[in-house]
Amino acid sequence: MTVTHPISDELLMGYAAGLLPEAYDLMVATAVSLDDDARARLSGYEAMGGALMDEGETAEVDCGSFDAIMNRIAGTAPEPTVHIDHITPRVDAVLPQPLREALGGDVDSLRWRNMGMGVRQIAIGAPEDGATARLLSIPAGQAMPDHGHHGTEVTLVLKGAFLDGERRYGRGDIEIADDDVEHMPTADLGDDCICLVVTDAPLRFNGLLPRIAQKFLNI
Amino acid sequence: MTYDTKDEAYWTALLVAVGSKKDRDAFEELFSHYGPRVKAFLIRTGLTPSVAEDCMQDVMVTLWRKAHLYDPTRATVATWLFTIARNRKIDLIRKAKRPEPEDLPWGPQPEPEQADVLALRDDTRRLAEAVAQLPPKQRELIERAFYGDLSHSEIAAETGLPLGTIKSRIRLAIDRLRYTMDSDVQGAARQ
Ligand SMILES: [Zn+2]
Ligand SMILES: [Zn+2]
Repeated sequence: MTVTHPISDELLMGYAAGLLPEAYDLMVATAVSLDDDARARLSGYEAMGGALMDEGETAEVDCGSFDAIMNRIAGTAPEPTVHIDHITPRVDAVLPQPLREALGGDVDSLRWRNMGMGVRQIAIGAPEDGATARLLSIPAGQAMPDHGHHGTEVTLVLKGAFLDGERRYGRGDIEIADDDVEHMPTADLGDDCICLVVTDAPLRFNGLLPRIAQKFLNI
Repeated sequence: MTYDTKDEAYWTALLVAVGSKKDRDAFEELFSHYGPRVKAFLIRTGLTPSVAEDCMQDVMVTLWRKAHLYDPTRATVATWLFTIARNRKIDLIRKAKRPEPEDLPWGPQPEPEQADVLALRDDTRRLAEAVAQLPPKQRELIERAFYGDLSHSEIAAETGLPLGTIKSRIRLAIDRLRYTMDSDVQGAARQ
């Protein structure tokens, strides 16, 4: 898998810190599933979180805390010793696991809503903090419909490819467009293009996290 | 503040003991060390002390139940617990399971390569040392940046931070993590 337009460090750091709305968590989890380099970068940010927690303050636990934990453990069935994920052979799914879990299946089993001109979409979950996620399917060669957007729009390609100006975005690639960007993405010829699209009002971490990320990562 | 270089190996061994033989003493020691840190982290990110206590207890139950899935080549004990605590907190707030990346297709190594464990431990130790050596005011700023609670005036002040040292160390750690990941991929391809 070669990703030429990878996910940004600010999204990875926001995911690591647990600061993102749910729609963005889904975007990051899906993108990382398709990009080993992004997975390594995410590990770096999570290691930073672990170091901050380890070297940070302590808070006194309740008296009887440990007994309460042992009681909770006694009250639950033990975990299977072999994790199901590790014994099930991997099938070549179009949608990575986090998306399959969110939607209840892979692309062929989904109930799409027809938007006209062969375009289909599925809204995913409820909006949180103004952020919405949807799966979009565009017929090969066709422009993405209804393309005005307010706030940031993040698009992750899952199948096929789309062209935007000089750039081509294939499986695993991410395009981030702010509301001042005027563009006309078009599905590439050959295959229908399926994308995860997250839109929102301006992100909570706008400005701050990217600057912090630059300090840490020299990006 | 100093960072004990024996720490990581020690805590890793305790967690492995919980995973392989449900060692209750090892578990209690992990709880004594990490329980107060997990709880403080949860309070830091906005939970009330009583909700944080409840959530921390959940995290410890998860530690007990999932210790056998812990892979020391992927994360240190502190990092592993950090991700569990973060996810648990978000699950509580949303009342839904948080989306997580798909597991790597090759799964955990049956026997983790000792060199990988040591490399990861070394990188994370450098990172933890860098964090530990920061003056308290700077660490406070970094924590608040990471946890997303800096005000606008503080953001302005923050941009003047001399973070060159920690930046290059974290860069190193991340490069090293990436390298470990790459050799994992190549190892899996050979099998
Ligand atoms: Zn790009
Ligand atoms: Zn757009």
